[in-house]
Amino acid sequence: MIILETKNLRKHFDGVYAVDDLSIRIEKGEITSIIGPNGSGKTTLINALSGMLDIDGGLVVIEESEKLSKIKPHRVASFGLTRTFQNIRLFEQMTALDNILVVVTDRRVFKAVFETHQILHLKKAEEVLTRVGLWEKRDQLAVNLSYGQRKLLEIARALAMDAKIYLLDEPFAGLSPEMVKVISGIIRELKTQSKTVVLIEHDMGLIRELSDYVFVMDSGKLLAEGQPEEVLQKREVIEAYLGD
Amino acid sequence: MIDYFVHISILFSIYAILSLSLNLVVGYAGLVSVAQAAFYGIGAYTTAILTATLGFNFFISVIVGILVAAILGFLAGLVFSKFRGDYYVLATLAFNVIIHSIFINWYDLTHGPLGIPGVLKPNLFGLSFSPNLLFFILSLLFLVAVYGVSRFIAQSSFGRALKAIREDESALKVFGYKTSVFKLSVFVASASLAAVAGSLFASYLTFVDPSTFLLTESIFILSIIILGGLGNLKGSLLGAFILVLLPELLRFVGLPDGIAAQIRQALYGLILIVLMLYRPQGLMGEYKL
Repeated sequence: MIILETKNLRKHFDGVYAVDDLSIRIEKGEITSIIGPNGSGKTTLINALSGMLDIDGGLVVIEESEKLSKIKPHRVASFGLTRTFQNIRLFEQMTALDNILVVVTDRRVFKAVFETHQILHLKKAEEVLTRVGLWEKRDQLAVNLSYGQRKLLEIARALAMDAKIYLLDEPFAGLSPEMVKVISGIIRELKTQSKTVVLIEHDMGLIRELSDYVFVMDSGKLLAEGQPEEVLQKREVIEAYLGD
Repeated sequence: MIDYFVHISILFSIYAILSLSLNLVVGYAGLVSVAQAAFYGIGAYTTAILTATLGFNFFISVIVGILVAAILGFLAGLVFSKFRGDYYVLATLAFNVIIHSIFINWYDLTHGPLGIPGVLKPNLFGLSFSPNLLFFILSLLFLVAVYGVSRFIAQSSFGRALKAIREDESALKVFGYKTSVFKLSVFVASASLAAVAGSLFASYLTFVDPSTFLLTESIFILSIIILGGLGNLKGSLLGAFILVLLPELLRFVGLPDGIAAQIRQALYGLILIVLMLYRPQGLMGEYKL
Protein backbone atom coordinates (compact mmCIF):
# COMPACT_ATOMS: atom_id res chain seq x y z
CA MET A 1 0.00 0.00 0.00
CA ILE A 2 1.23 3.49 -0.86
CA ILE A 3 1.11 5.54 2.35
CA LEU A 4 2.63 8.78 1.06
CA GLU A 5 2.73 10.09 -2.44
CA THR A 6 3.63 13.35 -4.14
CA LYS A 7 2.13 14.18 -7.52
CA ASN A 8 3.96 16.80 -9.57
CA LEU A 9 4.94 18.60 -6.39
CA ARG A 10 6.50 22.03 -6.85
CA LYS A 11 8.08 24.49 -4.48
CA HIS A 12 10.04 27.49 -5.63
CA PHE A 13 11.93 30.32 -3.97
CA ASP A 14 12.08 33.51 -6.01
CA GLY A 15 11.61 31.61 -9.24
CA VAL A 16 14.19 28.91 -8.45
CA TYR A 17 12.53 25.52 -8.11
CA ALA A 18 13.76 23.67 -5.01
CA VAL A 19 11.25 20.90 -5.67
CA ASP A 20 10.38 20.61 -9.34
CA ASP A 21 7.52 18.48 -10.59
CA LEU A 22 8.38 15.71 -8.17
CA SER A 23 6.30 12.54 -8.14
CA ILE A 24 7.29 9.82 -5.70
CA ARG A 25 5.41 6.97 -4.04
CA ILE A 26 6.36 5.65 -0.61
CA GLU A 27 5.34 2.18 0.49
CA LYS A 28 3.82 1.59 3.90
CA GLY A 29 6.07 -0.15 6.44
CA GLU A 30 9.27 0.42 4.47
CA ILE A 31 12.36 2.49 5.05
CA THR A 32 12.62 4.83 2.09
CA SER A 33 15.67 7.02 1.72
CA ILE A 34 15.89 10.26 -0.16
CA ILE A 35 19.38 11.12 -1.20
CA GLY A 36 21.01 13.73 -3.37
CA PRO A 37 23.76 16.32 -3.28
CA ASN A 38 23.46 19.41 -1.08
CA GLY A 39 20.83 21.79 -2.40
CA SER A 40 18.99 19.07 -4.28
CA GLY A 41 15.73 19.86 -2.47
CA LYS A 42 15.51 17.01 0.05
CA THR A 43 14.89 19.18 3.13
CA THR A 44 12.55 21.45 1.15
CA LEU A 45 10.56 18.33 0.29
CA ILE A 46 10.35 17.31 3.97
CA ASN A 47 9.39 20.86 4.95
CA ALA A 48 6.66 20.88 2.30
CA LEU A 49 5.36 17.46 3.38
CA SER A 50 5.20 18.58 7.00
CA GLY A 51 3.42 21.84 6.21
CA MET A 52 6.30 24.05 7.21
CA LEU A 53 6.50 25.40 3.66
CA ASP A 54 3.55 26.15 1.41
CA ILE A 55 3.32 24.04 -1.71
CA ASP A 56 3.32 25.96 -4.99
CA GLY A 57 1.84 23.20 -7.10
CA GLY A 58 0.97 19.54 -7.24
CA LEU A 59 -0.50 17.28 -4.60
CA VAL A 60 0.47 15.31 -1.52
CA VAL A 61 -1.57 12.16 -1.04
CA ILE A 62 -1.61 10.44 2.34
CA GLU A 63 -2.88 6.86 2.66
CA GLU A 64 -4.42 7.15 -0.79
CA SER A 65 -7.32 9.15 0.63
CA GLU A 66 -6.14 12.58 1.84
CA LYS A 67 -5.35 14.60 -1.27
CA LEU A 68 -3.74 17.85 -0.21
CA SER A 69 -2.73 20.86 -2.27
CA LYS A 70 -2.20 22.88 0.90
CA ILE A 71 -0.94 21.40 4.16
CA LYS A 72 -1.57 23.19 7.42
CA PRO A 73 1.28 22.34 9.81
CA HIS A 74 -0.95 21.74 12.83
CA ARG A 75 -2.93 19.13 10.84
CA VAL A 76 0.13 17.11 9.89
CA ALA A 77 0.10 15.15 13.16
CA SER A 78 -3.52 14.13 12.59
CA PHE A 79 -2.43 12.49 9.30
CA GLY A 80 -0.08 10.32 11.36
CA LEU A 81 3.01 12.13 10.18
CA THR A 82 5.87 13.42 12.29
CA ARG A 83 9.42 14.56 11.69
CA THR A 84 12.83 15.49 12.97
CA PHE A 85 14.85 18.45 11.73
CA GLN A 86 18.14 18.75 9.89
CA ASN A 87 19.15 21.57 12.25
CA ILE A 88 17.97 20.42 15.65
CA ARG A 89 14.82 22.24 16.77
CA LEU A 90 14.09 21.39 20.36
CA PHE A 91 12.24 23.51 22.88
CA GLU A 92 15.55 24.68 24.25
CA GLN A 93 14.64 26.28 27.58
CA MET A 94 12.50 23.31 28.55
CA THR A 95 13.63 20.09 30.20
CA ALA A 96 14.13 16.91 28.21
CA LEU A 97 11.03 15.52 29.92
CA ASP A 98 8.91 18.55 29.01
CA ASN A 99 10.11 18.31 25.40
CA ILE A 100 8.44 14.91 25.30
CA LEU A 101 5.41 15.65 27.47
CA VAL A 102 4.41 18.58 25.29
CA VAL A 103 3.87 16.27 22.33
CA VAL A 104 1.93 13.59 24.23
CA THR A 105 -0.53 15.81 26.11
CA ASP A 106 -3.85 17.11 24.83
CA ARG A 107 -3.84 19.76 22.10
CA ARG A 108 -7.22 21.22 23.07
CA VAL A 109 -6.92 24.29 25.29
CA PHE A 110 -9.47 23.34 27.92
CA LYS A 111 -8.21 19.77 28.19
CA ALA A 112 -4.65 21.05 28.38
CA VAL A 113 -5.52 23.30 31.33
CA PHE A 114 -7.36 20.56 33.21
CA GLU A 115 -5.11 17.66 32.29
CA THR A 116 -6.27 14.30 33.63
CA HIS A 117 -3.88 11.72 32.21
CA GLN A 118 -0.59 12.82 33.74
CA ILE A 119 0.50 9.34 34.83
CA LEU A 120 -0.19 7.87 31.40
CA HIS A 121 1.73 10.68 29.71
CA LEU A 122 4.61 10.37 32.12
CA LYS A 123 4.81 6.65 31.38
CA LYS A 124 4.98 7.32 27.65
CA ALA A 125 7.69 9.94 28.19
CA GLU A 126 9.68 7.52 30.36
CA GLU A 127 9.36 4.83 27.72
CA VAL A 128 10.75 6.94 24.86
CA LEU A 129 13.42 8.68 26.92
CA THR A 130 14.60 5.32 28.22
CA ARG A 131 14.67 3.96 24.66
CA VAL A 132 17.17 6.66 23.63
CA GLY A 133 19.04 6.50 26.95
CA LEU A 134 18.03 9.95 28.18
CA TRP A 135 15.74 9.15 31.11
CA GLU A 136 18.50 10.04 33.55
CA LYS A 137 18.81 13.44 31.85
CA ARG A 138 15.08 14.16 31.96
CA ASP A 139 15.38 17.20 34.23
CA GLN A 140 18.12 18.89 32.21
CA LEU A 141 17.25 21.73 29.90
CA ALA A 142 17.46 20.70 26.26
CA VAL A 143 19.91 23.50 25.60
CA ASN A 144 22.35 22.00 28.12
CA LEU A 145 22.46 18.55 26.50
CA SER A 146 25.32 17.52 24.23
CA TYR A 147 24.83 17.60 20.44
CA GLY A 148 24.34 13.84 20.29
CA GLN A 149 21.90 13.82 23.18
CA ARG A 150 19.93 16.60 21.51
CA LYS A 151 19.68 14.53 18.33
CA LEU A 152 18.47 11.60 20.41
CA LEU A 153 15.92 13.79 22.18
CA GLU A 154 14.52 14.85 18.80
CA ILE A 155 14.18 11.17 17.85
CA ALA A 156 12.50 10.47 21.21
CA ARG A 157 10.07 13.33 20.61
CA ALA A 158 9.17 11.88 17.22
CA LEU A 159 8.74 8.40 18.75
CA ALA A 160 6.44 9.83 21.41
CA MET A 161 4.07 10.93 18.63
CA ASP A 162 3.24 7.28 17.80
CA ALA A 163 3.03 8.30 14.16
CA LYS A 164 2.53 6.20 11.07
CA ILE A 165 5.10 8.06 9.00
CA TYR A 166 8.45 9.33 10.35
CA LEU A 167 10.30 11.90 8.29
CA LEU A 168 13.86 11.84 9.61
CA ASP A 169 16.06 14.61 8.23
CA GLU A 170 19.72 13.59 8.59
CA PRO A 171 19.28 11.88 11.97
CA PHE A 172 22.86 10.52 11.95
CA ALA A 173 24.70 13.73 11.08
CA GLY A 174 27.59 14.40 13.46
CA LEU A 175 26.89 11.44 15.76
CA SER A 176 29.31 9.01 17.38
CA PRO A 177 29.25 5.36 16.19
CA GLU A 178 27.46 4.36 19.42
CA MET A 179 24.70 6.87 18.86
CA VAL A 180 24.43 5.90 15.19
CA LYS A 181 23.87 2.34 16.40
CA VAL A 182 21.08 3.46 18.76
CA ILE A 183 19.27 5.42 16.06
CA SER A 184 19.64 2.79 13.35
CA GLY A 185 18.28 0.29 15.88
CA ILE A 186 15.28 2.53 16.46
CA ILE A 187 14.68 2.89 12.72
CA ARG A 188 14.75 -0.88 12.30
CA GLU A 189 12.35 -1.26 15.22
CA LEU A 190 9.95 1.18 13.59
CA LYS A 191 9.97 -1.02 10.50
CA THR A 192 9.15 -4.11 12.54
CA GLN A 193 6.18 -2.18 13.93
CA SER A 194 5.00 -1.56 10.33
CA LYS A 195 5.79 2.13 10.60
CA THR A 196 7.00 4.00 7.55
CA VAL A 197 10.31 5.81 7.69
CA VAL A 198 11.45 8.42 5.19
CA LEU A 199 15.11 9.00 5.72
CA ILE A 200 17.32 11.77 4.41
CA GLU A 201 20.93 10.75 4.76
CA HIS A 202 24.34 11.31 3.20
CA ASP A 203 26.12 8.23 4.55
CA MET A 204 25.87 5.68 1.76
CA GLY A 205 26.84 2.85 4.10
CA LEU A 206 23.81 3.55 6.24
CA ILE A 207 21.63 4.00 3.16
CA ARG A 208 22.63 0.52 1.94
CA GLU A 209 22.21 -0.97 5.37
CA LEU A 210 18.80 0.47 6.21
CA SER A 211 16.89 1.35 3.07
CA ASP A 212 14.33 -0.75 1.26
CA TYR A 213 14.01 1.80 -1.50
CA VAL A 214 15.87 4.94 -2.53
CA PHE A 215 14.90 8.11 -4.36
CA VAL A 216 17.67 10.31 -5.69
CA MET A 217 16.99 14.02 -6.11
CA ASP A 218 19.02 16.57 -8.01
CA SER A 219 18.07 20.22 -8.52
CA GLY A 220 14.61 19.52 -7.16
CA LYS A 221 13.90 16.75 -9.68
CA LEU A 222 13.78 13.01 -9.36
CA LEU A 223 17.01 11.68 -10.80
CA ALA A 224 16.67 7.98 -10.07
CA GLU A 225 14.82 5.49 -7.91
CA GLY A 226 15.03 1.82 -7.01
CA GLN A 227 16.73 -0.66 -4.69
CA PRO A 228 19.74 0.87 -2.88
CA GLU A 229 22.46 -1.25 -4.56
CA GLU A 230 21.02 -0.74 -8.00
CA VAL A 231 20.51 3.03 -7.57
CA LEU A 232 23.84 3.78 -5.99
CA GLN A 233 25.68 2.27 -8.95
CA LYS A 234 23.87 4.33 -11.58
CA ARG A 235 26.19 6.61 -13.50
CA GLU A 236 23.94 9.69 -13.24
CA VAL A 237 23.74 9.27 -9.46
CA ILE A 238 27.50 9.03 -9.07
CA GLU A 239 27.91 12.04 -11.34
CA ALA A 240 25.36 14.06 -9.37
CA TYR A 241 27.34 13.42 -6.21
CA LEU A 242 30.85 13.73 -7.62
CA GLY A 243 30.22 16.17 -10.45
CA ASP A 244 30.99 15.56 -14.12
CA MET B 1 3.50 55.16 59.66
CA ILE B 2 1.38 51.99 59.60
CA ASP B 3 -1.01 53.71 57.18
CA TYR B 4 1.94 54.39 54.92
CA PHE B 5 3.04 50.73 54.93
CA VAL B 6 -0.52 49.61 54.30
CA HIS B 7 -0.71 52.02 51.36
CA ILE B 8 2.53 50.64 49.90
CA SER B 9 1.32 47.08 50.46
CA ILE B 10 -1.91 47.77 48.57
CA LEU B 11 0.06 49.23 45.67
CA PHE B 12 2.34 46.19 45.78
CA SER B 13 -0.67 43.84 45.59
CA ILE B 14 -2.10 45.70 42.61
CA TYR B 15 1.18 45.73 40.69
CA ALA B 16 1.89 42.12 41.62
CA ILE B 17 -1.45 41.11 40.08
CA LEU B 18 -0.62 43.08 36.94
CA SER B 19 2.83 41.51 36.74
CA LEU B 20 1.58 37.96 37.26
CA SER B 21 -0.99 38.44 34.53
CA LEU B 22 1.54 39.88 32.09
CA ASN B 23 4.11 37.21 32.86
CA LEU B 24 1.74 34.57 31.49
CA VAL B 25 1.84 36.26 28.09
CA VAL B 26 5.44 37.50 28.00
CA GLY B 27 7.32 35.05 30.22
CA TYR B 28 5.49 31.85 29.32
CA ALA B 29 4.21 32.37 25.79
CA GLY B 30 7.09 34.67 24.80
CA LEU B 31 4.75 37.31 23.37
CA VAL B 32 5.97 40.77 24.31
CA SER B 33 2.82 42.74 25.05
CA VAL B 34 2.66 46.39 26.04
CA ALA B 35 -1.12 46.45 26.32
CA GLN B 36 -1.46 45.54 30.00
CA ALA B 37 -2.31 49.07 31.11
CA ALA B 38 -5.24 49.01 28.68
CA PHE B 39 -6.81 46.01 30.43
CA TYR B 40 -5.88 47.49 33.80
CA GLY B 41 -7.81 50.58 32.72
CA ILE B 42 -10.73 48.56 31.40
CA GLY B 43 -11.10 46.92 34.83
CA ALA B 44 -10.74 50.28 36.59
CA TYR B 45 -13.27 52.07 34.39
CA THR B 46 -15.75 49.19 34.59
CA THR B 47 -15.66 49.36 38.37
CA ALA B 48 -15.82 53.16 38.33
CA ILE B 49 -18.79 53.28 35.98
CA LEU B 50 -20.67 50.45 37.65
CA THR B 51 -20.17 51.58 41.23
CA ALA B 52 -19.97 55.40 41.01
CA THR B 53 -22.44 55.95 38.17
CA LEU B 54 -24.79 52.99 38.49
CA GLY B 55 -24.42 52.11 42.17
CA PHE B 56 -23.47 48.45 41.74
CA ASN B 57 -21.55 46.53 44.38
CA PHE B 58 -17.76 46.45 43.95
CA PHE B 59 -17.62 42.66 43.72
CA ILE B 60 -20.15 42.60 40.90
CA SER B 61 -18.09 45.25 39.12
CA VAL B 62 -15.00 43.03 39.44
CA ILE B 63 -16.80 40.16 37.72
CA VAL B 64 -18.15 42.46 35.00
CA GLY B 65 -14.67 43.99 34.61
CA ILE B 66 -13.19 40.53 34.10
CA LEU B 67 -15.84 39.77 31.47
CA VAL B 68 -15.40 43.07 29.63
CA ALA B 69 -11.62 42.66 29.60
CA ALA B 70 -12.00 39.04 28.45
CA ILE B 71 -14.27 40.07 25.55
CA LEU B 72 -12.03 42.95 24.47
CA GLY B 73 -8.97 40.76 25.03
CA PHE B 74 -10.54 38.10 22.84
CA LEU B 75 -11.28 40.56 20.03
CA ALA B 76 -7.83 42.17 20.23
CA GLY B 77 -6.14 38.79 20.69
CA LEU B 78 -7.81 37.46 17.53
CA VAL B 79 -5.82 40.03 15.62
CA PHE B 80 -2.67 39.81 17.76
CA SER B 81 -2.40 36.03 17.49
CA LYS B 82 -1.58 36.46 13.81
CA PHE B 83 1.57 38.40 14.70
CA ARG B 84 4.84 37.48 16.30
CA GLY B 85 8.02 39.23 17.38
CA ASP B 86 8.29 42.97 16.79
CA TYR B 87 4.93 43.14 15.05
CA TYR B 88 3.24 41.70 18.12
CA VAL B 89 4.77 44.46 20.24
CA LEU B 90 3.63 47.12 17.78
CA ALA B 91 0.09 45.74 17.63
CA THR B 92 -0.25 45.71 21.43
CA LEU B 93 1.26 49.18 21.62
CA ALA B 94 -1.37 50.44 19.16
CA PHE B 95 -4.10 48.77 21.23
CA ASN B 96 -2.96 50.53 24.40
CA VAL B 97 -2.99 53.87 22.57
CA ILE B 98 -6.48 53.22 21.18
CA ILE B 99 -7.95 52.24 24.56
CA HIS B 100 -6.34 55.25 26.22
CA SER B 101 -7.84 57.50 23.54
CA ILE B 102 -11.24 55.99 24.25
CA PHE B 103 -10.82 56.75 27.97
CA ILE B 104 -10.06 60.39 27.07
CA ASN B 105 -12.58 60.91 24.30
CA TRP B 106 -15.70 58.90 25.14
CA TYR B 107 -16.78 61.69 27.41
CA ASP B 108 -20.33 60.50 28.14
CA LEU B 109 -19.03 57.25 29.53
CA THR B 110 -15.67 58.15 31.06
CA HIS B 111 -15.93 61.92 31.70
CA GLY B 112 -12.78 62.29 29.60
CA PRO B 113 -9.72 63.79 31.26
CA LEU B 114 -11.81 64.78 34.30
CA GLY B 115 -12.16 61.16 35.26
CA ILE B 116 -14.79 59.52 37.45
CA PRO B 117 -14.86 60.34 41.16
CA GLY B 118 -16.84 58.62 43.88
CA VAL B 119 -15.90 55.03 43.09
CA LEU B 120 -17.31 52.85 45.87
CA LYS B 121 -15.21 50.90 48.33
CA PRO B 122 -15.87 47.16 48.50
CA ASN B 123 -18.73 46.04 50.68
CA LEU B 124 -19.60 42.44 51.37
CA PHE B 125 -22.73 41.56 53.40
CA GLY B 126 -22.46 44.81 55.34
CA LEU B 127 -18.72 44.52 55.90
CA SER B 128 -17.10 47.63 54.43
CA PHE B 129 -13.51 47.47 53.26
CA SER B 130 -13.13 51.25 53.60
CA PRO B 131 -10.38 51.11 56.24
CA ASN B 132 -7.10 50.71 54.39
CA LEU B 133 -6.05 47.75 56.49
CA LEU B 134 -9.16 45.82 55.47
CA PHE B 135 -8.69 46.92 51.88
CA PHE B 136 -5.14 45.61 52.04
CA ILE B 137 -6.35 42.23 53.30
CA LEU B 138 -8.86 42.12 50.46
CA SER B 139 -6.25 43.05 47.85
CA LEU B 140 -3.92 40.42 49.30
CA LEU B 141 -6.68 37.83 48.96
CA PHE B 142 -7.13 38.83 45.33
CA LEU B 143 -3.37 38.57 44.85
CA VAL B 144 -3.33 35.07 46.35
CA ALA B 145 -6.20 34.06 44.08
CA VAL B 146 -4.52 35.49 40.98
CA TYR B 147 -1.25 33.81 41.95
CA GLY B 148 -3.11 30.51 42.36
CA VAL B 149 -4.78 30.81 38.96
CA SER B 150 -1.52 31.83 37.29
CA ARG B 151 0.36 28.96 38.92
CA PHE B 152 -2.32 26.48 37.90
CA ILE B 153 -2.11 27.71 34.30
CA ALA B 154 1.69 27.77 34.28
CA GLN B 155 2.04 24.24 35.66
CA SER B 156 -0.61 22.67 33.45
CA SER B 157 -0.04 21.09 30.07
CA PHE B 158 -1.39 24.36 28.70
CA GLY B 159 1.47 26.22 30.40
CA ARG B 160 3.96 23.74 28.98
CA ALA B 161 2.56 24.33 25.50
CA LEU B 162 2.91 28.08 26.03
CA LYS B 163 6.58 27.62 26.82
CA ALA B 164 7.00 25.53 23.69
CA ILE B 165 5.36 28.34 21.67
CA ARG B 166 7.90 30.69 23.20
CA GLU B 167 10.75 28.35 22.25
CA ASP B 168 9.77 27.39 18.70
CA GLU B 169 6.24 28.05 17.58
CA SER B 170 6.55 26.72 14.04
CA ALA B 171 8.11 23.46 15.25
CA LEU B 172 5.33 23.03 17.80
CA LYS B 173 2.69 23.37 15.08
CA VAL B 174 4.06 20.28 13.34
CA PHE B 175 3.32 18.34 16.51
CA GLY B 176 -0.37 19.09 16.22
CA TYR B 177 -0.80 22.39 18.01
CA LYS B 178 -2.99 25.14 16.65
CA THR B 179 -0.81 27.68 18.39
CA SER B 180 -2.97 30.71 17.58
CA VAL B 181 -5.69 29.30 19.86
CA PHE B 182 -3.22 28.91 22.71
CA LYS B 183 -1.88 32.44 22.19
CA LEU B 184 -5.38 33.84 22.11
CA SER B 185 -6.43 31.92 25.23
CA VAL B 186 -3.51 33.09 27.35
CA PHE B 187 -4.01 36.65 26.17
CA VAL B 188 -7.65 36.55 27.26
CA ALA B 189 -6.69 35.02 30.63
CA SER B 190 -4.04 37.70 31.13
CA ALA B 191 -6.42 40.53 30.19
CA SER B 192 -9.04 39.21 32.64
CA LEU B 193 -6.57 39.02 35.52
CA ALA B 194 -5.24 42.52 34.78
CA ALA B 195 -8.80 43.85 35.01
CA VAL B 196 -8.95 42.64 38.63
CA ALA B 197 -6.02 44.92 39.45
CA GLY B 198 -7.86 47.78 37.75
CA SER B 199 -10.98 47.25 39.83
CA LEU B 200 -8.92 47.27 43.02
CA PHE B 201 -7.06 50.40 41.95
CA ALA B 202 -10.23 52.34 41.11
CA SER B 203 -11.89 51.38 44.36
CA TYR B 204 -8.81 52.10 46.45
CA LEU B 205 -8.37 55.62 45.08
CA THR B 206 -12.16 56.08 44.68
CA PHE B 207 -11.27 57.86 41.45
CA VAL B 208 -10.07 57.01 37.96
CA ASP B 209 -8.78 59.14 35.13
CA PRO B 210 -7.00 58.24 31.89
CA SER B 211 -3.54 59.38 33.03
CA THR B 212 -2.89 56.10 34.88
CA PHE B 213 -3.36 53.90 31.84
CA LEU B 214 -0.82 55.31 29.47
CA LEU B 215 1.65 53.25 27.48
CA THR B 216 4.32 54.14 30.04
CA GLU B 217 2.33 52.17 32.63
CA SER B 218 2.41 49.10 30.38
CA ILE B 219 6.16 49.55 29.99
CA PHE B 220 6.49 49.86 33.76
CA ILE B 221 4.64 46.56 34.26
CA LEU B 222 6.84 44.98 31.60
CA SER B 223 9.90 46.30 33.47
CA ILE B 224 8.66 44.63 36.67
CA ILE B 225 8.47 41.20 35.08
CA ILE B 226 11.78 41.59 33.25
CA LEU B 227 13.42 42.62 36.52
CA GLY B 228 11.80 39.82 38.53
CA GLY B 229 12.30 37.19 35.88
CA LEU B 230 10.38 36.05 32.84
CA GLY B 231 8.59 32.73 33.13
CA ASN B 232 8.81 32.75 36.91
CA LEU B 233 5.77 33.79 38.94
CA LYS B 234 7.69 34.39 42.14
CA GLY B 235 9.91 36.68 40.09
CA SER B 236 6.85 38.79 39.29
CA LEU B 237 6.20 39.23 43.01
CA LEU B 238 9.83 40.12 43.64
CA GLY B 239 9.91 42.56 40.72
CA ALA B 240 6.72 44.27 41.91
CA PHE B 241 8.11 44.45 45.43
CA ILE B 242 11.33 46.10 44.27
CA LEU B 243 9.89 48.52 41.75
CA VAL B 244 6.99 49.61 43.96
CA LEU B 245 9.24 49.98 46.98
CA LEU B 246 12.15 51.63 45.20
CA PRO B 247 10.56 55.05 44.62
CA GLU B 248 9.37 55.05 48.21
CA LEU B 249 12.89 54.36 49.46
CA LEU B 250 14.16 57.16 47.27
CA ARG B 251 11.87 59.54 49.11
CA PHE B 252 14.09 59.11 52.15
CA VAL B 253 17.27 59.90 50.23
CA GLY B 254 16.39 63.58 50.27
CA LEU B 255 16.32 64.27 46.54
CA PRO B 256 15.23 67.82 45.68
CA ASP B 257 11.47 67.83 45.02
CA GLY B 258 11.82 69.43 41.59
CA ILE B 259 13.90 66.61 40.12
CA ALA B 260 12.93 63.62 42.29
CA ALA B 261 10.48 62.18 39.78
CA GLN B 262 12.93 62.49 36.88
CA ILE B 263 15.72 60.88 38.89
CA ARG B 264 13.43 57.99 39.77
CA GLN B 265 12.67 57.43 36.07
CA ALA B 266 16.37 57.60 35.24
CA LEU B 267 17.08 55.07 37.99
CA TYR B 268 14.49 52.64 36.58
CA GLY B 269 16.19 52.92 33.23
CA LEU B 270 19.61 52.41 34.75
CA ILE B 271 18.51 49.34 36.70
CA LEU B 272 17.08 47.78 33.56
CA ILE B 273 20.21 48.48 31.52
CA VAL B 274 22.46 46.98 34.21
CA LEU B 275 20.15 43.99 34.45
CA MET B 276 20.12 43.43 30.68
CA LEU B 277 23.91 43.53 30.71
CA TYR B 278 24.56 41.19 33.60
CA ARG B 279 21.42 39.12 34.09
CA PRO B 280 19.19 39.32 31.03
CA GLN B 281 16.84 36.62 32.33
CA GLY B 282 15.96 38.79 35.34
CA LEU B 283 16.51 38.07 39.02
CA MET B 284 14.59 34.79 39.13
CA GLY B 285 13.87 34.20 35.46
CA GLU B 286 14.50 31.22 33.26
CA TYR B 287 14.03 32.88 29.90
CA LYS B 288 15.76 35.74 28.10
CA LEU B 289 13.88 37.99 25.70
